[in-house]
Amino acid sequence: MIEVKNISKQFEDGYKVLNNINIVFETGKTNLVIGQSGSGKTVLLKLIVGLHEVDEGSINFDGRNFSVMNFKERKLVRQEFGMLFQGGALFDSLSVIENVMFPLNLFSKLSLSEKLERANFCLKRVDLINKNHLYPSEISGGMKKRVAIARAIALNPKYLFCDEPNSGLDPVTSILIDNLIKEITEEYKITTIVNTHDMNSVMEIGDKVIYIYKGQKWWEGNKTQILNTDNKELNDFVFASELTKIIKSKIN
Amino acid sequence: MKVFFHIGRYAKLMRKVFSRPEKARIFFKQIFHEIDSLGINSLGIIIIVSFFMGAVITLQTAYNITNPFIPLYLVGLGTRDSMILEFSSTIAGLILAGKVGSNIASEIGTMRVTEQIDALEVMGINSANYLISPKIIAAIFINPFLTLISIFVGVSGGYISGVLSGAVTSQNYIYGIQYAFEPYYITYTLIKTLFFAFIITSVSSYQGFYCSGGALEVGKSSTKAVVYSSLLILLFNVILTQLLLTHD
Repeated sequence: MIEVKNISKQFEDGYKVLNNINIVFETGKTNLVIGQSGSGKTVLLKLIVGLHEVDEGSINFDGRNFSVMNFKERKLVRQEFGMLFQGGALFDSLSVIENVMFPLNLFSKLSLSEKLERANFCLKRVDLINKNHLYPSEISGGMKKRVAIARAIALNPKYLFCDEPNSGLDPVTSILIDNLIKEITEEYKITTIVNTHDMNSVMEIGDKVIYIYKGQKWWEGNKTQILNTDNKELNDFVFASELTKIIKSKIN
Repeated sequence: MKVFFHIGRYAKLMRKVFSRPEKARIFFKQIFHEIDSLGINSLGIIIIVSFFMGAVITLQTAYNITNPFIPLYLVGLGTRDSMILEFSSTIAGLILAGKVGSNIASEIGTMRVTEQIDALEVMGINSANYLISPKIIAAIFINPFLTLISIFVGVSGGYISGVLSGAVTSQNYIYGIQYAFEPYYITYTLIKTLFFAFIITSVSSYQGFYCSGGALEVGKSSTKAVVYSSLLILLFNVILTQLLLTHD
C-alpha cells in the first residue's frame, strides 16, 4: 500500500502544481490517476518515486516514510519499484534481453544462467519471444512497452508505476498492455499506479480511479462510479469525445 | 551570477560521480567499453591530424630559415618541440573536445530526454556515477597514450614531408629531433593531457546530464559541451604552462 499524505509541490517559478493531495493506493489493485495534460499527475508520480522532492507532506510505502529517507535508504526501497515510462525508456545500447537483465545484473546475486532464465521468463510473460537479440530501435512501440514491463517485473517488484502506458499505441495494443498490467498486478499482488488520460484504460482496468484537477484531488471512485458521477469537471473530462457522449446517451 | 550556479551544480555532480560504484565488475566493464569508444575510436583522427600537422610544421620551419648561419637540424628540433609542447596535448585536446565532447553530451543528453536517466534513478542507481565516472576514468587512462602516439606520428610526418620535399636532409632532421632533448617536456605534456581529458569528459557530461527538452536541446547541449570544453582547455593551458614551465 502506498499512502500519499498532504503533499504539495511548487515549482521554482512559483507555480503550485500540486496542492494538499491525500491518496491511498491499494495493494493488488490497479490504481489509475487520470486528469488533463498539465493537471499535475506526472509530477505526482515523479514525487512518489522520488524523482522530485515534496515541499510538504509525506509518501509512505507500507508504513515506511520515503520522503525523509536518505539516498541509501531510498535505494533499498527503490529496488522494490518497477516503472514503465511513457516512451519505454529502454537503454538504446542494450538488446532486449540485456535490458531485462539490467536490474538483475546490478541487484541480484543470481548466476548468469539464472539471470537469463529469469529474463526469458519475464519476456515470455509479456508474450515477447524470439526478440531477445533485437535492439530498441528495431522493435515497435508496443513491443518496447512490453520489454519495459518485463524489465520492470524482473526483480519481482512490490510497486509498479506506469506513466501513460498507452501513449502512441493503437487501441488493440493499448488493451493488450492494459490487461498485461492488470494481470501482473493481481498475479503478484503488486501496488500499481497508472497515470493515464485514456478512458479506455479506465474502463478496462480501473479498480480505483483518482481524478486530478488543477493540482488537486477532485474525485475518487471506480470505473463503474465514474460513469454515473455528477461531478461537472470529471464529466467534462470523461465525456469529452463524441464516442463517450454516444456511450453515455445509450447508458442513460 | 549564472556562472556560480553552474560551478556549484557541476561540483555537486562531480561529488555524485566520484562515489562508490554499484558493482565493481560492471564498472570495469564500462571503463573498457569507454576506452574503446572514447579512445581507440579517436585514434584515426589523431593520427591523420598529427601526421599532417607535423608535416606542415617541418615545411614551414624549413622554408622560413633563410639565414645560412642557422643550422637546418633546427627544423627537426622545432617540429619535435612544437609537437611535444603544444600540438599533441592542446591542439589534439581541442580536436577531442569536438569529437568526444559532442559525442558524450549528445549520448547523455538523449538519455536524459528519453527518460533513460530517470529509469536508472528509479531503479536506485546513482546515474551520475554509473554513466559519467567510467568516461572520465577511461579518458584519463587512454588520452596520455593518444598524446604519445600523436607526438610520434607528428615527428614522423615531419620527417617524411621534409625529406621527400628536399627541405631538410634525413641526417639533419634525425640529429635535430635528438638535439637538446628535454625529457621534462614529456611530463609537462602528459600532465596537461590528464587535465584536458578530465575537462572534456566532465564538462561534456555535465552539459548532457542537465539537458532538458527534446532533440533541439540535445543539439544545443552538444554545442555548449564543445565550446566550454575548448575554452577551459585554453584557459588551463595557460595556467598549467605558467605553473609547470617556470623553474625558478
